[in-house]
Amino acid sequence: MKLDSKVPSGPLPDKWTKHKFESKLVNPANKRKYSAIVVGSGLAGASAAATLAELGYVVSCFCFQDSPRRAHSIAAQGGINGAKNYQNDGDSVYRLFYDTIKGGDFRGREANTYRLAEVSVNIIDQCVAQGVPFARDYGGLLDNRSFGGAQVSRTFYARGQTGQQLLLGAYSALSRQIGLGTVEMHTRTEMLDLVVVDGRTRGIVVRDLITGKISSHAADAVLLATGGYGNVFYLSTNAKACNVTAAYRAYKKGALFANPCYTQIHPTCIPVAGDYQSKLTLMSESLRNDGRIWVPKKVGDNRAAADIPEAERDYYLERKYPSFGNLAPRDISSRSAKEVCDEGRGVGETKVGVYLDFADAINRLGKNVITERYGNLFDMYERITGEDPYTVPMRIYPASHYTMGGLWVDYNLESTIPGLFVLGEANFSDHGANRLGASALMQGLADGYFVIPYTLGDFYARSKQSGITTDHEAFKKAEQEAIDRQEKFLSINGKRSVDSFHRELGKVMWDYCGMGRNEAGLKKALEMIPPIREEFWQNVKVLGNGDELNQSLEKAGRVADFLEFAEIMCHDALDREESCGAHFREEYQTEEGEAKRNDKKYTYVAAWEYNGVGVKPNLHKEELEFENVELATRSYK
Amino acid sequence: MNLTLYVWRQKNADDKGRMETYAAKNISTHMSFLEMLDVVNEDLIEQGIEPIAFDHDCREGICGMCSLVVNGRPHGPEKATTICQLHMRHFKEGDKIYIEPWRAKAFAVVKDLVVDRSALDRIMAAGGFVSVNTGGVPDGNSIPISKVDADTAMDAAACIGCGACVASCKNASAMLFVAAKVSQFASLPQGKVEASRRVRAMIDQMDVEGFGNCTNFQECEAACPKEISIKFIAKMNREYLKSSVAPSKG
Ligand SMILES: Cc1cc2nc3c(=O)[nH]c(=O)nc-3n(C[C@H](O)[C@H](O)[C@H](O)COP(=O)(O)OP(=O)(O)OC[C@H]3O[C@@H](n4cnc5c(N)ncnc54)[C@H](O)[C@@H]3O)c2cc1C
Ligand code: SF4
Ligand code: FES
Repeated sequence: MKLDSKVPSGPLPDKWTKHKFESKLVNPANKRKYSAIVVGSGLAGASAAATLAELGYVVSCFCFQDSPRRAHSIAAQGGINGAKNYQNDGDSVYRLFYDTIKGGDFRGREANTYRLAEVSVNIIDQCVAQGVPFARDYGGLLDNRSFGGAQVSRTFYARGQTGQQLLLGAYSALSRQIGLGTVEMHTRTEMLDLVVVDGRTRGIVVRDLITGKISSHAADAVLLATGGYGNVFYLSTNAKACNVTAAYRAYKKGALFANPCYTQIHPTCIPVAGDYQSKLTLMSESLRNDGRIWVPKKVGDNRAAADIPEAERDYYLERKYPSFGNLAPRDISSRSAKEVCDEGRGVGETKVGVYLDFADAINRLGKNVITERYGNLFDMYERITGEDPYTVPMRIYPASHYTMGGLWVDYNLESTIPGLFVLGEANFSDHGANRLGASALMQGLADGYFVIPYTLGDFYARSKQSGITTDHEAFKKAEQEAIDRQEKFLSINGKRSVDSFHRELGKVMWDYCGMGRNEAGLKKALEMIPPIREEFWQNVKVLGNGDELNQSLEKAGRVADFLEFAEIMCHDALDREESCGAHFREEYQTEEGEAKRNDKKYTYVAAWEYNGVGVKPNLHKEELEFENVELATRSYK
Repeated sequence: MNLTLYVWRQKNADDKGRMETYAAKNISTHMSFLEMLDVVNEDLIEQGIEPIAFDHDCREGICGMCSLVVNGRPHGPEKATTICQLHMRHFKEGDKIYIEPWRAKAFAVVKDLVVDRSALDRIMAAGGFVSVNTGGVPDGNSIPISKVDADTAMDAAACIGCGACVASCKNASAMLFVAAKVSQFASLPQGKVEASRRVRAMIDQMDVEGFGNCTNFQECEAACPKEISIKFIAKMNREYLKSSVAPSKG
């Protein structure tokens, strides 16, 4: 299979304009003859569904929560980037593009990333027009902050709830269309399979989570905006129900999965407290602006933080990266924390954590200033841990947070199955091997508001209607398979809960395919996963019935897919014999322990093709061409 | 610690439902309330009893999915805290904990502790938006908005749509929820244009859905995990009044 990225020719800044002009249009009177299924109601899904309906297409939208407003996008805190240069500090579309490509360690596609930066300015305008209450300064203009180590202030925010406010904006646009009857919304409905006939996407099979009814929906195109797969690690900052099923099912039907091993581990999360831990809470990265990260110098030092004298503390980020210090990028900070804990210098009851200490900042600036800056975060920390971060240093540890990998898409966001488009975190397209802070929200809305409305129209104009209804045998077959699978889960009646398998898988992935990876560990993981999967299918216990709300049954389907998907991640990590961005192969590092890329061999997108359960998938490569930027080594010393 | 739980179990919408008693054993004070329920559920599964169904997703107090009445209070005893953010250190050895679903005419029980809150979505679909299409909007800075107004809008917009206000109200009124949305938009120039139409449409839909009236008990504000102020209800009432004086505008 030859992967055609369909990147338009011409100079980088003109590509999107040219492409839009060259895209075919659907006559306004004909738009209502074309239908789209949008799976997902997060930033990407809600913005796409609303916009397509505004244009006149027939849209149906699905989500598994009880309301579209509860998609995981709601949890994003920090902000959204936009190259407005309102602060007059030297930002531009090109700079945002460059920062994103560099931040992704030169493993992203130039043209997509440039387009993302280009439409970022429209996103901000759109959100303001919808009534998103962004922070403003006293002059009444939009406020910005610098985020995640960026040298310019281009991040727009709404207190610590930016994701919530942007999603509510998209949700209100979607609600308007639902009210007008142009979007048919299906909440508490989970996609279980994708239906492909004659090489083209025809629709989906879903389960109504309340009645248990399994049914089919046909359309001229299907858009997956189903989010990331960070929960493959079981513990992550993602919402509990985030999962890989929709993307994985599409993969099994022939869509290629790109760069699955690019998973971002966020450095500042509240550490695991016990075996019962169900999720991890992110503490905003902004805390690193004033907090100092340290561990004791001595291995096994059990003294309380206050009893460890200054001379016996190791401020390891400041020591190793004197110029960036505590603000070193996410991947570097995360790995350094793991290193010191592996050495036995971790803190807290479990010894898997490091201190983030505000004592100096409080002395220097006063407690008031710290309260003003981080009051709500300190409260949240205290609520969860029961410790007062004004007097005892916070404890933090990295956690799975975001997945750069996803279904492979071309410049039009179309996957390798015609008529299947993938938006938001679910695709692989814009962030390379590492995503910058405040860029995921931007990508979700860029895809939904400003990219897909053009590229989908072109698809419709070129390919005409699908013409296949849910009576087709392919739909019947897929429905039957979904029913059989569900019956299987319910009939195994083994001894272990679904969660226990998910935890077990998560631990293997975290230990061997997490922050640091090596050949031996990845091979070990590939040996450990199949037996877990086999036991799952023989020994899982799912109580209750299929024809009613059954949360264990829902989880069983998702975990069954994670148990297969995990192997692709390991294969990808094994194949990529270099370190880049969030992918750190321990064999490939500099003498100082920094990531060592291999641009000669690995400047490609690894796109994997399904080859059977437990069988190594086939690798297809999209060679990345860098016509505008020079591949440089990231240095934060 | 060890606790005794009294939990509402109801097989489906048609079932009458009843309280069941379960033991929660070896609960760590570091657990969140929902983690405690996870542990109890694992225990139930082992015994062959179907686990307790309850809604949750983010477990960070922002998605609005969790919805438990704990010891008679929506979201439990802590002020400004969703039940997913409540930790077990607020309980002590031997405590008895009563766990029930949201109860309101407009929120039918689906199963156990899970209720149907789609009425809130329908209120939003009736008018909870600014009627702008994608594209063709002015520059974000073309209309300055005073910081005070922007902050007021944000205070109102912080609502997570959980429905605790409804569950806490004797009349099962959704006034606080609707007022929050109406006030957010009414505080911003972008939302003012169709303010009249919005407030009428949303309130009409609220009545259609079977939510009760507001008789100023103020329980909603006390139960609201996001501390949405009842001053927004007063603001909405003013908006409503204005819209009946000049209904043609917007
Ligand atoms: C704690 C946290 C903080 C973050 N902070 C920031 C930040 O400050 N800035 C930033 O830019 N990014 C941030 N991110 C990342 C960002 O929030 C996400 O990447 C982004 O919101 C994903 O949006 P999405 O629309 O792609 O998917 P989601 O919002 O995850 O939506 C997925 C949708 O798909 C639906 N779905 C999934 N599978 C199925 C199925 N099988 N059937 C039916 N429906 C399905 C779900 O119901 C949901 O509606 C943060 C992430 C986390 C976890
Ligand atoms: S007003 Fe408060 S209680 Fe009511 S839905 Fe909003 S957040 Fe929940
Ligand atoms: S689970 Fe999201 S608010 Fe409680």
